[in-house]
Amino acid sequence: MRIVVLLKAVPVVGNEKLVDGWRVDRSSGLEANGNDEYVLEAALKLVEAHGGEVVTLSMGPTPATEAIRKALAMGAARAVQVVDDALAGSDALATGRVLAAALGRLEYDLVVAGADSSDGQGGVTGAAVAVRLGIPYLSYVAAIEPDPGAGTVRVRRISAAGFDVIEASMPALIAGTQLLGEPRYPSLRGIMQARTKEIAVWTLADLGIDPATVGSGAATTEVESAEPPPPRAGATVVREAPDAAVERIVEFLASRRLI
Amino acid sequence: MPGAIWAIAEMADGEPTRLSHELATLAAGLSAASGRPAATVLVGEGAAAAAEALVAHGPDVLAVEADPRDRPLAAVIAERVATLVRAREPSFLLVGASNDGRDVAGMLQATLEWATLVNCAGVRWNGDGPQVEMSIFGGRLGTLSHFTPDHGIVVVRPSAVSAEPGPQPGQVETVEVAAPAVSLQAGRVVERVAEASAAVAIEEAPVIVAGGRGVAGPEGFGVVEDLATALGAAVGATRAVVDAGWIGYAHQIGQTGKSVKPRLYVAAGISGAIQHKVGMQTSGTIVAVNRDADAPIAEFADLMVVGDLFEILPRLTAAIRARRGQ
Repeated sequence: MRIVVLLKAVPVVGNEKLVDGWRVDRSSGLEANGNDEYVLEAALKLVEAHGGEVVTLSMGPTPATEAIRKALAMGAARAVQVVDDALAGSDALATGRVLAAALGRLEYDLVVAGADSSDGQGGVTGAAVAVRLGIPYLSYVAAIEPDPGAGTVRVRRISAAGFDVIEASMPALIAGTQLLGEPRYPSLRGIMQARTKEIAVWTLADLGIDPATVGSGAATTEVESAEPPPPRAGATVVREAPDAAVERIVEFLASRRLI
Repeated sequence: MPGAIWAIAEMADGEPTRLSHELATLAAGLSAASGRPAATVLVGEGAAAAAEALVAHGPDVLAVEADPRDRPLAAVIAERVATLVRAREPSFLLVGASNDGRDVAGMLQATLEWATLVNCAGVRWNGDGPQVEMSIFGGRLGTLSHFTPDHGIVVVRPSAVSAEPGPQPGQVETVEVAAPAVSLQAGRVVERVAEASAAVAIEEAPVIVAGGRGVAGPEGFGVVEDLATALGAAVGATRAVVDAGWIGYAHQIGQTGKSVKPRLYVAAGISGAIQHKVGMQTSGTIVAVNRDADAPIAEFADLMVVGDLFEILPRLTAAIRARRGQ
C-alpha cells in the first residue's frame, strides 16, 4: 500500500503567536500537529501489515525540517515538502489547491490527515482536498481496515450516536483521530536512518501553480484585529474544610446566577 | 435570492439539531442588519416536516427531501446545497461546526471555490459583509476577520448565539433537487452503531463537570457524574483519563478532543495542563477542585477550591439538590 500522510508543522501548543499581517508565526519551534501523528502511526502500522511505503506531504513558506525528520525517524520512507516564499499568508482555498496539486504528482492508495490542526482548529481542509481529487472522504475515523485485494477500505467513523462503519473504494482520503492509537517514539536506529532519507522540496513552479494565486495577496479572508480575551480577575482561593468550602462554592455560584 | 444569507441546518433523529436553530437565528440577525434576504436550508429524510420547527426564527426554510440511504450524510447535504447555491446565488453560508457540518463546509469550499472562515464564535454585519469573531490558539487570542469577495462560508461553533424566535415566522418551501448538479465521491455506510457513551453533546452543554487524573479510576467518575446530574451538566474529561480508559473519547476536552465554552466549567482533579486548557479556557466561569493549590489551573480558574474532590463533590451535589428541592 502507498499511503501519503498530510503532515502539518504547527507552532508548539501554547506558544503560538501572530506576526506581521496577523499571520501565524512559523519561523521557529514547529512540531508535527498532534492529530497528524496519530494518522502517521496508523499509516505505518498499515504498511507493516500490508507492505508498501509511507510518504509525508507538507507545505509552507519555510522548511519544517524538524517535524518531518521525526516522521521519517518513526518510519516514513520519504518526505515531500512544498516550500515557497509565495505561500506565506495562504488562505484555506489556496492550501487546498496546493495540497491537491502536490498529491496529483504522487501515487497513493490512501491519503491520511489529522481530523484538525492545533493552530487552525478548522477541520475542513481534508474534505476540500478530497473533493478536488475526486476521491471519497472519510472523516473522524477511529479505525482503518483496508482490503488491498478488493481495492476497498473500511473505516469506523465517530458519529453523534456512536459510530458508523463506512466502506469506500481506494484511493480515498481519511481524516483520523486520536482513537487510531498512540504514536510510537522514534528508535535510535530510526533516527539514524532518517538522516539519509529524502526530503524532496517542490516549489509552486514544480506544481504549475501561479504564485499570484496563493499567499496573502490572493487571500479571500482577512484578519482585521487580534486581541487576547480580557484577563480573568484571578482565582478566589477556598481552603476551608469540606462543609465550609461547599458553602463558599454555592455562594459563589449563586452570586453569578449559575445555580 | 441573489445576495442572500443562508443557514445550512442539520437533522438528528428527524429533528433539526440545536445548532441549526442557532444558525437560523444568526441568519435572521444578519438579514435584519444587512437588508439582505435570509433562508435556512434543511436537507434530509423528512426535511419538510422537520422544517416547521425552524420557521419560528424568521427566515423561510428551503426543505430538500433526500433519503441518504447508505450514503454518508455530509456528501448528500453538500451536493444539494451546492446545486441550490448555483441556482439561487446566495452570498454567505452559515454552516455548523459539527462533524458533518465541517465536512459539508470543506466539500462546499472546494466545490464552489468559496472563501471559508472556521471556528466562528460570533458574527456581526459590518458594512458589506459578515465580520467573523474567531477564538484562535485555544482561546488565547480573539480575532475579527472578513471575506474579501462578496461570498463565503462561515463555520459556526455551538452557542455563538442563543436561538430566538423572529418577529415574523417564515414559511416552508419544499424544494426538489432530484438530480444534484454536483456529485461527490463518498463511501457506503455499512452499519450504524449506537453507543450510549457517545450520546454526549458536550460542545453544546451550558454546564460541564469534568474529571481528570484526580478522580483516580473509572469508579471515581461516579462523584463527577452525580454532580453533573444535579447541575444538569454534561460530563467532560482530560486526555489522560480517556487514555487510561476510564471514560470514552466523546467526553475528551482539549487539544485532540473537543473545544467547549460552557457558562460554567467545574474541573475536578484536573491540573490544567496546556493540552486541556486550550479546549476550555474560554468558558464563562471556571471552578476548580484540586488538592494541589499550585496546580496550573489556579492561574485561570475563577474559584480555586483546595481540597479532596471525594470530600467536596458529594457534599456539593447534596447542597445543589437540596437547593433545587430535588
